[in-house]
Amino acid sequence: MSTLLETKTGSDLDGKTPTGPIEERWDRHRFELKLVNPANRRRYRVIMVGSGLAGASAAASLGELGYHVDCFCYQDSPRRAHSIAAQGGINAAKNYRNDGDSIYRLFYDTVKGGDFRAREANVYRLAQISVEIIDQCVAQGVPFAREYGGLLDTRSFGGAQVSRTFYARGQTGQQLLLGAYQAMERQIGLGTVAMYPRHEMLELIVADGRARGIVTRDMVTGEIEAHMGDAVVLATGGYGNVFYLSTNAKGCNTTAIWRAHRKGAFFANPCFTQIHPTCIPVTGDHQSKLTLMSESLRNDGRVWVPKKMGDSRPPEQIPEAERDYFLERKYPSFGNLVPRDVASRAAKEACDQGRGVGPGGRGVYLDFAEAIARLGAGAIKERYGNLFDMYERITAENPYEAPMRIYPAVHYTMGGLWVDYDLMSTVPGLFVTGEANFSDHGANRLGASALMQGLADGYFILPYTLADYLAQVGPQPTDGNLAGVTEAMAEVGARVERLLAIDGDRTADSFHRELGQIMWDHCGMARNEAGLRKALDRIPELRDEFWRNLKVSGTNEELNPALEKAGRVADFLELAELTCIDALHRGESSGGHFREESQTPEGEARRDDEHFSYVAGWEFTGVLSEPVLHKEPLAFEYVHPSQRSYK
Amino acid sequence: MNLTLDVWRQRHAGDQGRIVRYQAGGISPDMSFLEMLDVVNEGLILGGDEPIAFDHDCREGICGMCGFMINGIAHGPERATTVCQLHMRHFRDGDSLTIEPWRAGAFPVVRDLIVDRSAFDRIIAAGGFISASTGSAPEANNIAVPKQDADSAMDAAACIGCGACVAACPNASAMLFTAAKVVHLGVLPQGQPERKGRVKAMVETMDGLGFGHCTNIGECAAVCPKEIGMDTIAFLNRDLARSAVLTGNGRA
Ligand SMILES: Cc1cc2nc3c(=O)[nH]c(=O)nc-3n(C[C@H](O)[C@H](O)[C@H](O)COP(=O)(O)OP(=O)(O)OC[C@H]3O[C@@H](n4cnc5c(N)ncnc54)[C@H](O)[C@@H]3O)c2cc1C
Ligand code: FES
Repeated sequence: MSTLLETKTGSDLDGKTPTGPIEERWDRHRFELKLVNPANRRRYRVIMVGSGLAGASAAASLGELGYHVDCFCYQDSPRRAHSIAAQGGINAAKNYRNDGDSIYRLFYDTVKGGDFRAREANVYRLAQISVEIIDQCVAQGVPFAREYGGLLDTRSFGGAQVSRTFYARGQTGQQLLLGAYQAMERQIGLGTVAMYPRHEMLELIVADGRARGIVTRDMVTGEIEAHMGDAVVLATGGYGNVFYLSTNAKGCNTTAIWRAHRKGAFFANPCFTQIHPTCIPVTGDHQSKLTLMSESLRNDGRVWVPKKMGDSRPPEQIPEAERDYFLERKYPSFGNLVPRDVASRAAKEACDQGRGVGPGGRGVYLDFAEAIARLGAGAIKERYGNLFDMYERITAENPYEAPMRIYPAVHYTMGGLWVDYDLMSTVPGLFVTGEANFSDHGANRLGASALMQGLADGYFILPYTLADYLAQVGPQPTDGNLAGVTEAMAEVGARVERLLAIDGDRTADSFHRELGQIMWDHCGMARNEAGLRKALDRIPELRDEFWRNLKVSGTNEELNPALEKAGRVADFLELAELTCIDALHRGESSGGHFREESQTPEGEARRDDEHFSYVAGWEFTGVLSEPVLHKEPLAFEYVHPSQRSYK
Repeated sequence: MNLTLDVWRQRHAGDQGRIVRYQAGGISPDMSFLEMLDVVNEGLILGGDEPIAFDHDCREGICGMCGFMINGIAHGPERATTVCQLHMRHFRDGDSLTIEPWRAGAFPVVRDLIVDRSAFDRIIAAGGFISASTGSAPEANNIAVPKQDADSAMDAAACIGCGACVAACPNASAMLFTAAKVVHLGVLPQGQPERKGRVKAMVETMDGLGFGHCTNIGECAAVCPKEIGMDTIAFLNRDLARSAVLTGNGRA
């Protein structure tokens, strides 16, 4: 492990997880947390950045309790946060099917699925809360799928052996978000929550060692404003767009969490990124984003490539005997339903061998012919109709007749700001929820677990843990005259001016594309030391060029998409370096992080618990290439670490 | 392929605005309409001009952020398709396209193709919810919901709030948007207690925001990317008539 030697290591991190029997921990902890007297709650102001599942659910719940919440998003309406795009479903250990599910099993599956890189106590709490989430959402009117008897339907998802995924057609995220959004709009009507759409957070304000506010840019007028409160919550989503192409929305960014990182919040496990196996392949250089085809398709679709290299015959002309159903061949017991990281790597391998299909050879078939023959086209339409339509709209190919072509794409980021059991970062008063925190998913997230986590954080955890913090610090003056405010505003103003003044000859988008290519090539589905070192040489050079040769047209004092984009790319260019440093230091393969140096003789990922059974929390030191590593050691008292096997 | 674009440019709400002509060259049929505009914008930025501002985010037809008129049709010529999902293969080399923002008094232009749709959020805040504070919910399967009702609720709840209905309506009415929410919540058992008050509050707010009246023309449903139907408006009108005979605020 020569790479370890270069990393500066600081003191260990303490996740402050309660002890005792795991099923009692959250209950006992909740009892120990301090409460805020109902009459005092309106004297507190919470800054909530983000209006996705994590942000809107928390804003609504805190408003209902009587706190004052100021909520921010970059879209024109809170209802458009990227949670809206989630298709597949949300897990909950309701065991409505009597098929052997339980809180313990959901906990077990999530710890194992995360490849033993998550905190047990957090995951157990998540599984416990999952059942309340469904109750809450149904009460709000979320139109989950139902059976003919009128009770809730579930499906099995992402290879789970039990049927615990609740869904609303292919639009589960949309419906859950609308539920949270409507609850929040109700509070807006009642005056407890104030919404600031088209406001982008560009800086965190820390005063006397505590997070006290944020600096935003009004995206319509360009005005730089400070918003102060008693605590700040970042619910700003994932940073998958560091790869340029991903299933994220175009506006998804790292700016909020990256700025907080620079102000003292440790960044945990940035290299744990999830690459989803079933996305529509890239068609050309113009490609601006990638579209996910829900994982549920693998329940009925069979993945294959031609056995022969360079076989360019159309799929229907390739006889059965000349097809390689590689997932079924390599993983006979899980077949097409192996976890995402395993399926993605296998597809990449087939394409690397020259057996990929479609333009550029970066694709594999997902074939429904057998399912259609077995169940009829009607049944397939009932299950996946909207996905098939979307596929046809984008590719102009009819998946009822020809197999879909799919290829892996960046989808989710397990890494994020480090938080303790109370969801508080290393900056007191700064809480981080949803995909923005390093979360409960370890090194790999299971399907239908992100929606669960975002809502657990927002509806049922933050209202307790944030109250405890507020009760301890008491209401703070929010007049904006604090130390730190003017500096933070000046920093933001200066950065905007600097971006506008460069006047070079490359657009922010062109830098972003190049950065994405570097990340995809060297920090994508498979990583090795030589590649990561190359990336670590290239990224600072690209960043230098960005600050010398960027072109942003227009001014600050207007709606300026080029300026917005430039600010986001500037931060991605910094995060990318930390991501590669983290990937280089972690000399094991775990979950979504596959290090070629650490594999079994059969080419499967090999975890190294002896050296890497910890969360890597990175401290910003002022020098991007020299972050300090703080480890949070992981202990497994309940789920004994084993090598994942899907053979 | 090569296209001629006549695009509405307006620097800010107070600016007069005008149509400006651009040539879009080297467009691939695999591009989405927004990717085509990306290409035009890259050229504009490099030339020191400001890019054409348009709203967009998910680019997969679900967030409702994108939307403008293409040759007078909201979201362009393809049925049930937002502009982010509209692909250039539906156009021909040499086509001329006029691209303009949604036009409605209640949706003032912010810049170029971007309009302010916050009025929609206000309609929801007026009553487009079920009051179920966190923690108060009963066990989810305590109330069975007939599958048919759950399906109708979902059909209506599929609305993405893009505003195409308002843009297409000669009266600039927000009736289809409002009705979709009234139906979504009104067919579910959980939505009954507030049903009458909800429709009244939402319609009053809608009227107060400067949207026009619905005269059942149906242009809205024709352009809706999620195919929300006119039957939702009939449902709303029935509920509204019932709420009129109600005394008090109806939130019993
Ligand atoms: C295509 C797709 C399908 C998915 N399907 C599933 C699924 O089926 N099941 C599942 O469990 N998970 C799924 N996921 C993952 C899941 O949807 C996300 O992880 C989750 O919704 C994230 O929620 P969030 O609230 O943390 O962030 P988001 O919903 O992304 O919200 C982020 C919020 O922060 C705001 N914001 C961001 N940056 C700033 C800034 N600088 N200033 C101000 N505001 C800012 C945004 O405006 C937005 O309001 C899917 C993800 C994708 C992309
Ligand atoms: S960009 Fe989201 S619907 Fe078009």
